[in-house]
Amino acid sequence: MIAQHPVISCQNVWKLFGSAPGEYLSDSQEAPDLETIHAAGYVAAVRDVTLEVYQGEILVIMGLSGSGKSTLLRCMSRLLDISSGTIVVDGQDIAALSERALIELRRTKMGMVFQNFGLLPHRTVLGNVSFPLEMRGQDRHARRDRELEVIELVGLTGREDHFPHELSGGQQQRVGIARSLAIEPDIWFLDEPFSSLDPLIRREMQEEFLRLQGGLGKTIVFITHDFDEALRLADRIAIMKDGVVVQCDTPEKVVLEPATPYVAKFTENIDKARVVRAGGMALRETEATAPRGDAVSAQSTLHELARTLVDDDRDSLPVEGADGKIIGMLDRQDALDLVVGTRT
Amino acid sequence: MSSIEAHASPPGVRARRLSMVVVLMAAAIAMALGRDMLPASLMRPPDWMILPLADWINAFFDFLRDDLGLLAVTRSVAGGVEALLDVTANLLYGKNRWPWLGPIPWSVIAVTAAVIGYALGGAKLAFLACGTFLWIALMGQWTWAMETLSVIVVAAPVSVLLGLLVGVAAWRSRRLAALLNPILNIAQSLPHFAYMIPVVVFIGVGPKAGAIVTIIFSVPPMIRMTLLGLQKVPDEVVESGKMCGATGWQLLLRTRLPTARTDILIGVNQVIMQCLAMVVLASFIGMPGLGQKLLQLLQALRIGQSVEIGLTIVLLAITLDRFTRAWALRQPVHVPRVMPWHERFRLPLIWLGLVTVAAGLSQVFPLLAEIGRVQGFSFGAAIDAVMDRVIVAIYPVTDWLHWFLIVWVFIPVRDAFLWMPFAAVLSLLAAVGYAVGGRRSALICVAFFGYIAISGWWDRTMITAYTVVVSVAIAAVFAFPTAIWATGNAVRSRRVLLVCDTVQTFPSFIYLIPMIMLFGANDVAVVGAVVLFAAVPLIRYTIEGIRGVPVALVEAAGMSGATRRQIRRHVLWPVALPTIMVGVNQAVMFSLFMVIIAAFIGTQDLGQEMQRALSSADVGKGLVLGLAVATIGLMVDHLIMKWASSVRPAN
Ligand SMILES: Nc1ncnc2c1ncn2[C@@H]1O[C@H](COP(=O)(O)OP(=O)(O)OP(=O)(O)O)[C@@H](O)[C@H]1O
Ligand SMILES: [Mg+2]
Repeated sequence: MIAQHPVISCQNVWKLFGSAPGEYLSDSQEAPDLETIHAAGYVAAVRDVTLEVYQGEILVIMGLSGSGKSTLLRCMSRLLDISSGTIVVDGQDIAALSERALIELRRTKMGMVFQNFGLLPHRTVLGNVSFPLEMRGQDRHARRDRELEVIELVGLTGREDHFPHELSGGQQQRVGIARSLAIEPDIWFLDEPFSSLDPLIRREMQEEFLRLQGGLGKTIVFITHDFDEALRLADRIAIMKDGVVVQCDTPEKVVLEPATPYVAKFTENIDKARVVRAGGMALRETEATAPRGDAVSAQSTLHELARTLVDDDRDSLPVEGADGKIIGMLDRQDALDLVVGTRT
Repeated sequence: MSSIEAHASPPGVRARRLSMVVVLMAAAIAMALGRDMLPASLMRPPDWMILPLADWINAFFDFLRDDLGLLAVTRSVAGGVEALLDVTANLLYGKNRWPWLGPIPWSVIAVTAAVIGYALGGAKLAFLACGTFLWIALMGQWTWAMETLSVIVVAAPVSVLLGLLVGVAAWRSRRLAALLNPILNIAQSLPHFAYMIPVVVFIGVGPKAGAIVTIIFSVPPMIRMTLLGLQKVPDEVVESGKMCGATGWQLLLRTRLPTARTDILIGVNQVIMQCLAMVVLASFIGMPGLGQKLLQLLQALRIGQSVEIGLTIVLLAITLDRFTRAWALRQPVHVPRVMPWHERFRLPLIWLGLVTVAAGLSQVFPLLAEIGRVQGFSFGAAIDAVMDRVIVAIYPVTDWLHWFLIVWVFIPVRDAFLWMPFAAVLSLLAAVGYAVGGRRSALICVAFFGYIAISGWWDRTMITAYTVVVSVAIAAVFAFPTAIWATGNAVRSRRVLLVCDTVQTFPSFIYLIPMIMLFGANDVAVVGAVVLFAAVPLIRYTIEGIRGVPVALVEAAGMSGATRRQIRRHVLWPVALPTIMVGVNQAVMFSLFMVIIAAFIGTQDLGQEMQRALSSADVGKGLVLGLAVATIGLMVDHLIMKWASSVRPAN
């Protein structure tokens, strides 16, 4: 499914705000902790992040406000220069890119949606969407179709001539999305792109988004505060706390095997039955428990299997993979506990 | 940062500071009381202390002019400006120059102004603009007004362009910005005349000198606003430009500057208002037009006609201010995509139609092309007649006021200022500086007034200082009750603020007219004009300060059982005070400028010397005097801002 080929790879990335963070970090003997950094007069936004984003993958970054998500994203797009470490994008160390090469990379490969939209106030919807195409030097007629197409994609047809201040927050956000889509980027950075949308449009945009990603295989880094959204979209979820990525794993692993108490607390209120799939919970088949009777699909979430789990009277259910082969046994009692909670 | 530290300063520091204040204060009082025993060198700056600054500056300017050949450069720049001025002069009042088209009939200009007004701000502005030009034409003042406007039309764009370029450069280079900041501070507190003298030396007199001094005078606010606007552009907008692959220049031209539009246009507004103020004053260096007429009429005490010209200047100021402000604050509005072309170009078409009609009619009826001085409907004589009666009627009052102010206020206060030994004044200022901002502020105060001591103009400066102090004090007596009355309800305060806003756009010259009308040309009129001029910012900032107090705060105080008076005393005033002090600061600045300007009706302060320096084209003396005025302003500014910032975090 996912080719294991990293498009973005971060190695020990640090980002501190302050007067001379680079020197400060290289002077420190070992990695300084938060208090030390703070005492030295710096703000630590990203600390020692090592992370890879693979070709065609959606990596969702989550974490409390101020945990450094936006900063990490800005480092990946080199809107901010990192204080130490390396970030390789598409095989190139982006810190070493020349001004020209960086502009070229942004013009052809990267798109970004900003948390606060970052629209140009003096340009209409159409003008904002055409901005990246203009920067590429495409002429007016050649780009017009593409502009109208992405405007339609985000459902703003009919408002092409409006100025940002004439639009609602959600509409402005969609202009930002359309603008970043205009150049068909391979790498797409989204900073809470759906935060101002109403639930209906949000749902629609998520579906549109999955369709785009499925068809075109874009590599996406996506920030959200909404766990449901993360579950719908994510191949992997990275959880940040105080600038550190505390866990970066598949949604199931994050929920079932939290790496730290913090992650456990973070995921505590999630309905695990909606996350965990039968395949993930299946025990390896043993001699004692030979498969008998109907099997359940490994892809189904326990939530979807709830009725079967209640109605069936076997102790364990066989789980079959996509190819129809039995891959293991699902303990019915364990699964039920997860769905309805442990008996007290 | 420093103010927070000042607040958090340990008790030891505060005690030390307090003891310094007491010591310096005691020294000042001791010196003042024991002045008879004081050596002469502490009474007034001794001769060895006074540096021949003026000679040095003159030598420097001679070097610039003669040895570096700067004169050739300035003359050629002036030549360029003159070429532009000739064009506008031809178009606006028919000066005999290329392109030999003018003069444009006044009716054409009036309808053009009306259409621009309509485009910017609807019927109201159209009416204002049309009315202004109609008034000018009917009063027979067209040529003078156009002489004035022809300079503004050239000076304002040049100044905007220069300001933009320097502002962008300062934004790009932090070092340039740091260098520019103190220069701009001084430039904005130098009185108008200080600019005129070098211009007279390098350019000469007349319209082109007027234009150039206007350009120089009006550039600083444009630089400031450009820099401010560029700094205020939200990071995300710039970042989004970067992510779209914009290069450095594209970012500047296509994202930063357009996003900073409002601030830049506010800069344009300030440039135009400064231009108008300066063009009127440039009559002192032979600039023809409204200013010159006003000056002549005021000097001849022809009150009626002065009032008419004053009204013209006021109307022009209001129109220009409203135009540019409407332009600055206007948000772009989308137009429907499919629109017949005559809909899309409705205003230009209407304009074209009106202009054609006006031009055509003015061919038939010459009065629509030009109303000469003799055909004008001036009612100056009528005003004079009425004013004569009024003046006779209120003479007992004004005469008494005149006597009272001179005998009981001006002379005693002036004598007190002059009585003080200069060492005592310095010591006193050091004490104030210490009290407000610690050692740094004390040193700044002493340095500023130390300059005045070594400049050799101590007595004159004291007279200027006394005029300012008395005027601001009198203004405060009127302004604070007015402001408190105005804050009584929202409508009233909005109205008073509107009046303040409007009145603040008037060139300072204007304030002299009613005062000369009431008191004649003497120093009571000067103080009167300064009082008027200073009262405006006082009223304005007091209202804004009091109305800016959060409602929740007042309600909370009310809920804890405070009476209205207690609320006023313990909540409103303390919270509003920093804003009010900004008003006091501005009032002092305005008064300084006004005192200097008013010199031409006879005062004995720095302004009078400044006028002498102007008439003898003495650059050195002019700049030394100008800097003396600037130092007073900068010192007051430093003290008040320091104080306000140390109070604010405590709220
Ligand atoms: N330009 C800056 N200068 C100094 N500190 C900064 C700067 N930008 C961000 N920070 C700090 O870095 C930390 C991380 O900020 P960041 O914007 O990455 O948080 P975030 O996880 O995106 O939060 P949110 O969910 O609220 O968007 C914060 O403590 C913030 O104060
Ligand atoms: Mg963020």
